[in-house]
Amino acid sequence: MDAYLGIDVGSVSTNMVIINEEGQVLANLYMRTQGQPIKAVQEGMRKVEEEIRGKNVEICGVGTTGSARTLTGVIVGADTVKNEITAHAVAASFMVPDVQTVLEIGGQDSKIILLRDGIVVDFAMNTVCAAGTGSFLDHQAERLNTPIEEFGSLALQSKGPVRIAGRCSVFAESDMIHKQQMGHSAPDIIAGLCDALVRNYLNNVGKGKEILSPVVFQGGVAANVGIRAAFEKALGVDIVIPEHYSVMGAVGAALLAKSTAKEKQKTDFRGFAVSEMDYQASSFECQSCPNLCEIVNISVDDEILARWGGRCGKWETLQKTG
Amino acid sequence: MKISFPYMGTSHIAISYLLENLGHEVIYPPKPTKKTLSLGVQHSPEFACLPFKILMGTYLEAVEAGADSLTTSGGFGPCRAGYYGELHKRILHDMGYPVKMLVLEPPLMAPLTFYRNVKSLVRPTSSWTNFYRVFRVAWEKLRALDELEGLLHELRPLAVSKQQITKTYERGLGYIDDAGSVSKVLEAKDAALQDMRAVPVDETFTPLKIGIIGEIYVVLEPFVNHDIEKMLGDMGVYVHRSIFLTNWTKDNAVSNGEKDIRAMAVPYLNQLVGGHGQNSIGETVIYANKGFDGVIQLAPFTCIPEIVAKSIMPTITRDKGIPVMTLFLDEQTGRAGVETRMEAFLDLLKEKRNKQEAI
Repeated sequence: MDAYLGIDVGSVSTNMVIINEEGQVLANLYMRTQGQPIKAVQEGMRKVEEEIRGKNVEICGVGTTGSARTLTGVIVGADTVKNEITAHAVAASFMVPDVQTVLEIGGQDSKIILLRDGIVVDFAMNTVCAAGTGSFLDHQAERLNTPIEEFGSLALQSKGPVRIAGRCSVFAESDMIHKQQMGHSAPDIIAGLCDALVRNYLNNVGKGKEILSPVVFQGGVAANVGIRAAFEKALGVDIVIPEHYSVMGAVGAALLAKSTAKEKQKTDFRGFAVSEMDYQASSFECQSCPNLCEIVNISVDDEILARWGGRCGKWETLQKTG
Repeated sequence: MKISFPYMGTSHIAISYLLENLGHEVIYPPKPTKKTLSLGVQHSPEFACLPFKILMGTYLEAVEAGADSLTTSGGFGPCRAGYYGELHKRILHDMGYPVKMLVLEPPLMAPLTFYRNVKSLVRPTSSWTNFYRVFRVAWEKLRALDELEGLLHELRPLAVSKQQITKTYERGLGYIDDAGSVSKVLEAKDAALQDMRAVPVDETFTPLKIGIIGEIYVVLEPFVNHDIEKMLGDMGVYVHRSIFLTNWTKDNAVSNGEKDIRAMAVPYLNQLVGGHGQNSIGETVIYANKGFDGVIQLAPFTCIPEIVAKSIMPTITRDKGIPVMTLFLDEQTGRAGVETRMEAFLDLLKEKRNKQEAI
């Protein structure tokens, strides 16, 4: 069976999916990147391979996305390397064909994407503050000693959410601590935090955007029923959470890989064996000018696969000629 | 006077010529680097915007290199950049550099101060006749530099080798730098333009057209905007920049040519909001009317005029159908975030164009 692999390596999670010709998800994986994208990709490849072993699946195309998309693309031999905004939009409009608004909240960033008649007409991504993202929620859950999985359902138990500043993670945290010390209950504080996060999101990335339904909510944070309820309350519409909400970036990458591979009629996929190879990343500081760019070399078996990080393009060029 | 001035795009070529030929020793302004940024951030108020910090770093590097005088532009109206020269001076004095700061205010607004400051640049070592002669050459150089850059933006998306066009352009800058009279500048310009036109291009390709608007310093200085024009050009996009130094200087010093741009803004914003806020609105309307595919707004983080402009953009997008993306620039030197947004914006514009062509 022909299949396509999509890999989304973000700051917090590394996700992989394999889809078939019809776009159905055959295998999916959500794991933590833990600051080591190369290792995460290799381990993910091992696990995904185990899942499809013996099922007569042949990978005919690979796509990567996420903040480590270029690095991952080099490691696995990607046919397409796409930014996460486009990847998320592609996946959402495939899963919910008439979607008009995509809310996406991941580990380190949040985005809004507006689609009309199936094409992206506007988008925004948080630029300055991480107050409204998954890692902030993670951190707060840990501080309140609540498993992140229960965070959302606790919020739903609240009768009167407290007001928490949403604009900045430092402001939010000091507000939360203050309310806690005043004696407010955990559900009220968590519900207040969900409201604050949603308010901040709509005010920051959603500012001036026309949010029309169907509204799709995806990304890791979509698992949080508290946030979902806060969105429904703030927007006054039903929110659709797609089945594979946490790996939509990877689904998008796989769908894009499918169309690219069909066009090229071949794939550059290096095979699942990449999980066994020894990739080294080394870096040095270029001394040619006071910019002191940090140049990164990615190599396997002493052969340099790629090099980047310079401002002037000098090192990238060396790679092509030598 | 050992004099220096802020680095901005390619303008140093003309400005250093002017100052040198007025008899000053010019301390070449350092091109901003990460070192400039670190120095600037360390010695600036935390809430000042990025241009303030980069200039602070630039001045510190210049005084370290021996400059005893600095010259910069001033400004009026609600944008705080009008006070930056004064604040920079006080910080430098507090740090023990008794540097002289010549802030050139817009002459139409403050003719006396302008005259006094120009006089102190001209008179100690030179005459008004010499000033006139040298100024004409410098002005011609500025115009030539702008023209070269305009052609670069046109050719870069089409060039078969992006590196070759950039190199040829940089060589052309050298010709302009070497020229010592009005006629020599014109010759140098023609030679440079000819060289650039000789670079092989792919004529069959129709690039996306994007207008760049926003606050003048972050628009003009590639170091602070992550080389956005080059990045887009290398991705095959034709960029048109709303601000060139010659039109800004002319419009603010000699006549008020910005009136037309501001008139276009009136239906959306009928008053000055400081800085380039109202211009950003007017320019977006003009780009939309000229059939550009999209507009990118560049703004320093916390810049009030550009924040005002940004909040009006959705209305223009709704009326005129032109997508606008805003990038706030601050200390980050990582390009990944900018690249991600840029790629996604180009995908959006391409899809939009494909859809229009299909109809």
